[in-house]
Amino acid sequence: MQAAIEINELTKDYYLGFWRKRPRRALDGLTLTIEEGEVFGFLGPNGAGKTTTLKLLMGLIFPTSGGARILGRQIEDVSMHHDVGYLPEQPYFYDYLTARELLDYFARFFRLSAEERRRRIGSLLDLVGLSSAADVQLRRYSKGMLQRIGVAQAILHQPRVVFLDEPMSGLDPVGRREVRDIILDLKRQGRTVFFSTHILPDAEMLCDRVAVLVGGKLQGVGSPEQIVSIEVESLEVLFELPAGSALPPALEAAATQTGARYRIQVPEAQLYGVLEGLRAARARIISVSQLKPTLEDFFLRLVSGEQRRHAVEISGGGL
Amino acid sequence: MKQSGRRRNIWVAALGIPLLLAAAYPLQRRIDARVRTVQQEKDALMLRSGRVLKKLSLGYDSLLADIYWTRAVQYYGGKRRDHDPNLELLAPLLDLTTTLDPHLLVAYKFGAIFLAEPPPKGAGRPDLAVNLIRRAIVNNPENWRLWADLGFIYYWDMKDYKKAAEAYLEGSRQPGARDWMKVMAAKIAEEGGSRGTSRFLWEQIYLSTQDSSIRRNAFEHLQSLKAEEDAERLEEVAARFHQRFGRFPASARELVEAGILPGVPVDPAGYSYVLTPDGKARLNPSSPIASDVLKPVLPH
Amino acid sequence: MTWVVALNTFREAVRDRVLYNLIFFALLMIAAAVLVGQISIGIEHLVIVNLGLTAISVFGLVMAIFIGVGLVYKEIDKRTLYALLSKPLRRRQFLVGKYAGLLLTLAVNTALMTLGLAVALFYVSRTFVRSDLSILVAIYFILLALALVTALALLFSCFSTPMLSTVFTLGLYLAGIFSTDIRSFGEVTESPALGAVTKFLYYLLPNFNNFNAIAAAAYGRQIPLILVAQNTAYAAIYITLVLLAAAAIFSNRNLK
Repeated sequence: MQAAIEINELTKDYYLGFWRKRPRRALDGLTLTIEEGEVFGFLGPNGAGKTTTLKLLMGLIFPTSGGARILGRQIEDVSMHHDVGYLPEQPYFYDYLTARELLDYFARFFRLSAEERRRRIGSLLDLVGLSSAADVQLRRYSKGMLQRIGVAQAILHQPRVVFLDEPMSGLDPVGRREVRDIILDLKRQGRTVFFSTHILPDAEMLCDRVAVLVGGKLQGVGSPEQIVSIEVESLEVLFELPAGSALPPALEAAATQTGARYRIQVPEAQLYGVLEGLRAARARIISVSQLKPTLEDFFLRLVSGEQRRHAVEISGGGL
Repeated sequence: MKQSGRRRNIWVAALGIPLLLAAAYPLQRRIDARVRTVQQEKDALMLRSGRVLKKLSLGYDSLLADIYWTRAVQYYGGKRRDHDPNLELLAPLLDLTTTLDPHLLVAYKFGAIFLAEPPPKGAGRPDLAVNLIRRAIVNNPENWRLWADLGFIYYWDMKDYKKAAEAYLEGSRQPGARDWMKVMAAKIAEEGGSRGTSRFLWEQIYLSTQDSSIRRNAFEHLQSLKAEEDAERLEEVAARFHQRFGRFPASARELVEAGILPGVPVDPAGYSYVLTPDGKARLNPSSPIASDVLKPVLPH
Repeated sequence: MTWVVALNTFREAVRDRVLYNLIFFALLMIAAAVLVGQISIGIEHLVIVNLGLTAISVFGLVMAIFIGVGLVYKEIDKRTLYALLSKPLRRRQFLVGKYAGLLLTLAVNTALMTLGLAVALFYVSRTFVRSDLSILVAIYFILLALALVTALALLFSCFSTPMLSTVFTLGLYLAGIFSTDIRSFGEVTESPALGAVTKFLYYLLPNFNNFNAIAAAAYGRQIPLILVAQNTAYAAIYITLVLLAAAAIFSNRNLK
């Protein structure tokens, strides 16, 4: 079965300096496969190469080496765009057009009848909550409104694969919820969604799989749980000390105090040693709970370089 | 694979562009030949300032020519209105005009008249007028009237009857030339200047143009000629009076009282002639005709 | 697909109020028609035709250059191109579409100006004569020249900023107008090398003189049909050439 997106050793160098001598490698040998129907999150800090990847896939810039296929067709094949939708980062559209006119203009590039166009534009404007502003020129639109119309134009032609670059940016919580719902809806329809984001809780919630990109290199691919399970699990002990009792000196540094309660994080291996110390101090144990690490923790640690050595491709779905 | 789509564009351009340029080369040569008949350049004589202006006009020289013509007309009108006899800019203005538009006939004609006319009516430079008309003829070889204009300058302003006759003769050979050209050529060659010839030629000038300045000027000349004729006749009558009565009449009224003249003769402007004590007739000083002309126009 | 882009380009020009230049043109024609009788006797027809055709040419040139140099640049700079190129639209279709759209704008503008000129001419001369047909031919030639200038502006728009593109395009246009003089200059000098160079330049540069029939139209001289065909072919050759270069450059350009 053909994959939705196949990326193979995709590399992009930028030449800096007047004589173009020093190349900066924005993307280094990215290899990735995404199946149809997946919701795939593309994570990474600023400058990691996420937007570069998306631009390469959409044919806006050209790879230095390597290639990719979308729905079995090479990225140079523009006809493939019939089945692909794209929301650019910080979208900007023709400000002399109204939202309705813009959607109508873009719709004309697909084989749709006038009736069909009108119907879809109407329902899309409803979906992204812009019906009331449909006939206002885009130059009057706020960033959030532009973001919404951007999403609308990306899915207007009901593409099989949708690329979204930072779809949540510029949106208030209500807007973010709406986009989340749209993505889930797309998934329900069996479409493939590939999006990049900073907002990790969203990625955790929405994605079947995620990939993490740092400095142009792929750091890890897998489902959110798989990724975070790389984290060493730790436990959190909540306790109180009786009046007059002091904190065992070994724990003083690690414990945080809120009112009468203390909280301490303990790696699993050291749990019983700590509990012993607390019992000796006649602490009253309130709870011992497993700390579920978040993608964000993983992410922050990864970016700061500590987890580099744990970067492993876990998922078996790639080539 | 499909990267060649991009590369193909480069190859198509790299091969196509030289091919297209090669095709343009013979085409341009053909156009050059054709365009010459449409635009009909260039001037034979080097008029430096005119050429520079032509370059600067970026191809919009027809429009500039109109502008300069308008300025020439207004320059002349202004000088006349201010009674300023200095018309030294007229020749350059007309030069520029006709360099920009070698076919603006009215400008040539204007120059023929008013460059040659003595001050205050003109610039008093018949030589410049001749140059202008000669250039006109080079650029408009099919136009017989220009030869008439040339001939007239030689005849009226320069009194060069040989050259005048030659000009009229040459003009009579051009297509469409009127018969009187040949007649004039012969007449001038034979007897030089005469009032009849002058009157006829001024009439031709008057009839050949719509330009109001030229027409008015021609009309004035015709009036002066008529006045001269009248004055001469009056002098003849005065001489007869002298024969009869042994003295010259004190005024024209006396001639009327003596029954020699039916009425007091007046000039075309309506003013009566003045008789001098020695029997010469002069225009009344108050007459408008007297203010201009009556330099000795006629050869005797 | 190309046509969709073209129509939108036209719509953009209209919404940018570009067509308002027609108001200035109309005022100019009215003033000329009314005043010309007082200034230059006997050549009213001549002046109106000269002025009108010159204005059509100049207004058109300004429009072609100023809009042309932004055709591609603006879309790249404002990033509106990102969303557009994600549609099934080839880059060269986009280029040709933008070109056709501006050309359409110029054609409409020129047509309306021609109407204005006709009205002014009628006011002054009270009748049309058959020789006035050469005015239409002169206008057609002006359109050919504008089409070529637009193509040049489009070419520069693909890789340079509007300011520089304006300079380049205008420079090429002026060079094209003076190409005959460049060649004459080379012939007059003693150096055969210089003569060869100028001759080469003459045939290389687009010769905009070919399209200048304003004087002929003013005098009602008939313009030979063969010249119409030749000029059309010449314009077509150069426009194709320039668009090929633009396509080659643009289709290989990495958008920022």
